[in-house]
Amino acid sequence: MSSLNWTTDFLNQLNSTEFSIVPAFLPGDKTALWQIESTRWQQFSQYAIEQKLRWAAGWAEHAETVFIVNACFEKEGIYVLLRTRVNAGKPELPSQATVYPAANRSERHTQDMFGINFTGHPDNRRWTRHQAWPQHSYPLRKNYPVQGEPPAITPPDMDYPFVKSYGEGVYEIPVGPVHAGIIEPGHFRFQAVGELILNLEERLGYVHKGIEKIAEGRTPESLARLAGRVSGDTTVGHCWAACMAMEQAAGIEIPPRAALIRGILAEGERIANHLGDMGAICNDVAFIFAQMQFSRLRELWLRTNATIFGHRLLMDTIVPGGVACDLSEASCALIKQDVVRLRKELSELMPAIDLNSSLEDRLYTAGYLSPEIAEAFGTLGYVGLSSGQDFDVRRDAAYPPYDQVTFKVALEDQCDIASRFWVRYKQINAALKLIEQFIAQLKDGVNLNESQTLQAEWQTPQADSEGLGIVEGWRGEITAYIRFDAGNKIARYYPRDPSILNWPALEKLTLNNIVPDFPVCNKSLNGSYSGNDL
Amino acid sequence: MLRLFKKIITTGVVTEECKAPKDDELEKLGIQVKRHIDKQFSGSIAIRQVDAGSCNGCELEIHALNNPYYDIERFGIHFVASPRHADVLLVTGPVSRHMQTALLRTYEATPNPKWVVAVGDCAACGGEFGVSYASCGAVANVIPVDVVIAGCPPTPLALMKGLLGLINK
Repeated sequence: MSSLNWTTDFLNQLNSTEFSIVPAFLPGDKTALWQIESTRWQQFSQYAIEQKLRWAAGWAEHAETVFIVNACFEKEGIYVLLRTRVNAGKPELPSQATVYPAANRSERHTQDMFGINFTGHPDNRRWTRHQAWPQHSYPLRKNYPVQGEPPAITPPDMDYPFVKSYGEGVYEIPVGPVHAGIIEPGHFRFQAVGELILNLEERLGYVHKGIEKIAEGRTPESLARLAGRVSGDTTVGHCWAACMAMEQAAGIEIPPRAALIRGILAEGERIANHLGDMGAICNDVAFIFAQMQFSRLRELWLRTNATIFGHRLLMDTIVPGGVACDLSEASCALIKQDVVRLRKELSELMPAIDLNSSLEDRLYTAGYLSPEIAEAFGTLGYVGLSSGQDFDVRRDAAYPPYDQVTFKVALEDQCDIASRFWVRYKQINAALKLIEQFIAQLKDGVNLNESQTLQAEWQTPQADSEGLGIVEGWRGEITAYIRFDAGNKIARYYPRDPSILNWPALEKLTLNNIVPDFPVCNKSLNGSYSGNDL
Repeated sequence: MLRLFKKIITTGVVTEECKAPKDDELEKLGIQVKRHIDKQFSGSIAIRQVDAGSCNGCELEIHALNNPYYDIERFGIHFVASPRHADVLLVTGPVSRHMQTALLRTYEATPNPKWVVAVGDCAACGGEFGVSYASCGAVANVIPVDVVIAGCPPTPLALMKGLLGLINK
């Protein structure tokens, strides 16, 4: 790795103090791996925040007598994986959440799943655990059986200690887990005075399905299927991240043609979801015209997916080593035709929407998320891009096929719902251009008689080999960590959906909005419940 | 405003028509659904959708039933905001243990006569997630199920077929 980047200076700074880090790299040489003593865990984060590193992800693993704890940091597109070991007998680690608010819920998840005590944590209430398993048992420890010992009927989590508010005229509105619309379950607790929201507390974890536990022991193919169902709307994104991690661990490079097809799939997924969201944002302020138009465009897009890839949502199109389906010339022509059509439709639709003053009235200034808060929580994708967080994995830590193309990262600067609406539109435009570039390169490949294989031959990775896949999903950066056991079996899988970092921002951006604007605030962020709860 | 009207007029009605079917299967199904609904429910059924642990894939396709191409409401099938207004529960997901009580209470809150449709492979048999410390698996492991609509996720057309199966019972 070049000595020009910030890691060298930072490492020197750290090693000149109490640290003695021997730099190493994860397989693939993309991500630096720094191991430190557990007692310095929190101290490291203080140095890191001074250097403006972003806290990106955190997870743990159980290995016999120790827990391996990881935290992933990023700056200028360069990732550092920080690692420490804590004794399983008395698992304790000084919390990084005191320094990085972004680490808060992640540490609570690790606390619930492994029983690691993060000392000094500002809020160590349970998070992922409700009542399906008792307080002192920890599902992700290796000796915990997959089946667990659940009660015949899991009781509701009645005594979760929500934040209370007192005072004249303050009232609470509990919402969920079963919501009024066709939407995933979660609980929101509002405290309000009149129509104004004083405080919002999220209580998630209702769709915890034990994804990390049931990933253990799977084959690469089976893990890819599971990753494709971490969050159904991000099936391409999660599957790609997981496959990238497995390919790093196995030391496999995917064929160029497969990378291009993955790019087309990922951009297609981005477009379909943004179309759905833009319609839904308008629907939440009763602008049905736009909802009908966008849902029409989304349906057309999905129908082409079904024709070409055999699945409307593109599930199981990415497999370890490459992709499951090729793109014929006729298919490429069909996609190009769709790109042209969508661009034309949007060029008619967007001015009509832009000029609508009643929509403007509802979307501008509502759901304001300040750049400072957006940075503190490490918000990603359209949420971060609308509040000054100029980061996109495709540009800043480019992976094939994005390393072969140029594109503009969309930015908006008003930090409100309107910004999050328009940034999606800009992302659609950028995605359409990317699809065209990828299709052109597919053709060039054919002309150059490049190898047209779609799947690299799988190599069984050695026991203990690991990988960290990082891609830009439609919601933002997705990270997936994989460690292999012997015999081609998965030992550990941890997917970090961008929603995990975006959800806490919702609690902040709804403040001082009125209760009836909560649905549109929520939709402008559109966190995944399933991707968060795992 | 004029642009808006222009777009509405130039878009026209995209709903797939009975007489000039682009997708005749949908139309045929829709008509049958309507006939049975007329007979048993005086012209309409009210559906309460419950995500009991899904990955959100099924929800996306259930949403699509309301887009202008399928426009399921024209057949008298509509989605309601409360189980107390519902004839049918459309349940997705393997039932996560954390949603078990919520699903049972939603079922109890739905007035009789009521029907339960399990939507998607996970709801049908546990799918990719199965039964574990965190998941009860199939919906039938928690509440009685009348119809299963398989698929990962089922397409909007498959959903229409499934609803037909329910009403034919």
